[in-house]
Amino acid sequence: MKDSHYDVAIIGAGMSGLAAGIRLAHFGRKVCIFERHNAPGGLNSFYSIAGRKFDVGLHAMTNYVPPGVRGTPLGKLLRQLRIDREEFALCPQKRSRIAFRDCDLKFTNDFAVLDGEVTARFPSQADGWRALVQLVRTFDDVSLEAKPVAAREVVGRHLTDPLLTDMIFCPLMYYGSAQERDMEFGQFVIMFKALYLEGFARPLDGVRVIIRTLLEKFRQAGGERRMKCGVARIIEREGRAAALQLDDGSEVTADHVISSIGYPETMRACEPPHAAEAEANTGALSFCETISVYRQAPATWGWGDDTIIFFNDSDRFDYAQARELVDPRSGVICFPNNFDYAGGELAEGFFRVTCLANPGKWCALAEPDYQAAKAHWLGEMQRSARRFLPAVDDGVLARNLVTTDMFTPRTVRKFTGHLNGAIYGAPRKVRDGRTHLSNLYLCGTDQGFLGIIGAMLSGISMANYHILQKSAT
Amino acid sequence: MTKDQCRKLVIDIIADIAPDEDLTAVKPEVRLRDQLQLDSMDFLDIVMELRKRHGIEVPESDYMQLASLDSCAEYLTPKFQAKAS
Repeated sequence: MKDSHYDVAIIGAGMSGLAAGIRLAHFGRKVCIFERHNAPGGLNSFYSIAGRKFDVGLHAMTNYVPPGVRGTPLGKLLRQLRIDREEFALCPQKRSRIAFRDCDLKFTNDFAVLDGEVTARFPSQADGWRALVQLVRTFDDVSLEAKPVAAREVVGRHLTDPLLTDMIFCPLMYYGSAQERDMEFGQFVIMFKALYLEGFARPLDGVRVIIRTLLEKFRQAGGERRMKCGVARIIEREGRAAALQLDDGSEVTADHVISSIGYPETMRACEPPHAAEAEANTGALSFCETISVYRQAPATWGWGDDTIIFFNDSDRFDYAQARELVDPRSGVICFPNNFDYAGGELAEGFFRVTCLANPGKWCALAEPDYQAAKAHWLGEMQRSARRFLPAVDDGVLARNLVTTDMFTPRTVRKFTGHLNGAIYGAPRKVRDGRTHLSNLYLCGTDQGFLGIIGAMLSGISMANYHILQKSAT
Repeated sequence: MTKDQCRKLVIDIIADIAPDEDLTAVKPEVRLRDQLQLDSMDFLDIVMELRKRHGIEVPESDYMQLASLDSCAEYLTPKFQAKAS
């Protein structure tokens, strides 16, 4: 058993696990991160096909504030991880849009733009809107003890127009809700701040810039990382996580275990497994995403400067598991070319479309049917998204097209281990990160801080709260 | 270790924790919280960095002693001297 005992073992090398690891290693803990996949990043990772780099997960980093704005999640995160802002090389968005059948609302990293759009298009809602914004600004969204309240109910006290309500909810749900049709109000506040009061940014080279910064900090702090080395079992004894059995059959022990793999996934990994608890809190929401690569930037043929477009054409926005393989009625368009790269630009044009999907149906398909379904839905999703873009001749797109790729819930499940490919995890979050075992804590998506900045803050908070603060006193 | 050196050492720690703060004109007698944007997470980091870098322990009941640079110097200098001797 030599060299196999750690102060802290972290399961998963995603954003939250890496952030927790950096904090703990920086303050002298002997830490090891165990990751089953060969690439770090978890739900926000990257891959290459034929030498071309793709991001998966990240459309835009939310919570962006310009240099000098302090006291927001981005600033907290940079301080806590001792990261210089420049290292993330963030470039702000140009502008985004919520596009419903008969109404558009523009928003940018300046909240006054959305504020003006809402009050101009929905004058009867202006007072309620201002009251809602005030409530969001003053709400304690990082409390670890907050009681859950339904956001639809709270928002309904201020906004009475269903169209405006749906338009405000749409981006917040698409960028973080694990719950169908509603959100917990604390999560609504986190997302409202992250998207509307703060904003979007992206490094020119994508999410890998952020992941590499985290890996380098973790290495410098003395942390250990074992890739292609998943944790198969968390062995319980006397109310504690007594040992971790790795995929290769060997065992390690740790004083504390932080799991970033999700609530139901963690419950199922426990030995004995807690199948009923896992079953009762497993996410059902997953997505398909298509990526088209073009020779030129989409603005060249008139698709404009929008960075992200959240679209919907049904009477009421229906954020729920798709009944068919994909629900193309609503979705998200991302043009990674349309960030303000301060003189730099991407070498090729990218057009990404994301829609709600049905994980059970995707996972049940036999291989040839799976490939055929991907090809079919790639076309359908793009057709649906293009209804919300200026019309462009099919021939122009076809001549410019270099390649396409697509992920489905099945892809997400395969590479991240998330049951149902549930990108936003379990519907009920575990805010204080506690589990039935006294030395096993959750961090990441299922602890409930959202987005990639939220994921990193989750790892930081759980490391501070359960480990560093306890020994500081 | 003099009180001046002690103040400098606390400033060095804050500079690493909060590089986005301007520390050139910090008034030693004024509470840090009133002139810099430091939250409870940042104060906890000051305590942990003191332990990591200098082996100085600050129990939670003494956190208020770290309110200003002067009070830091008052409280920490004897601890540094005790360690050195």
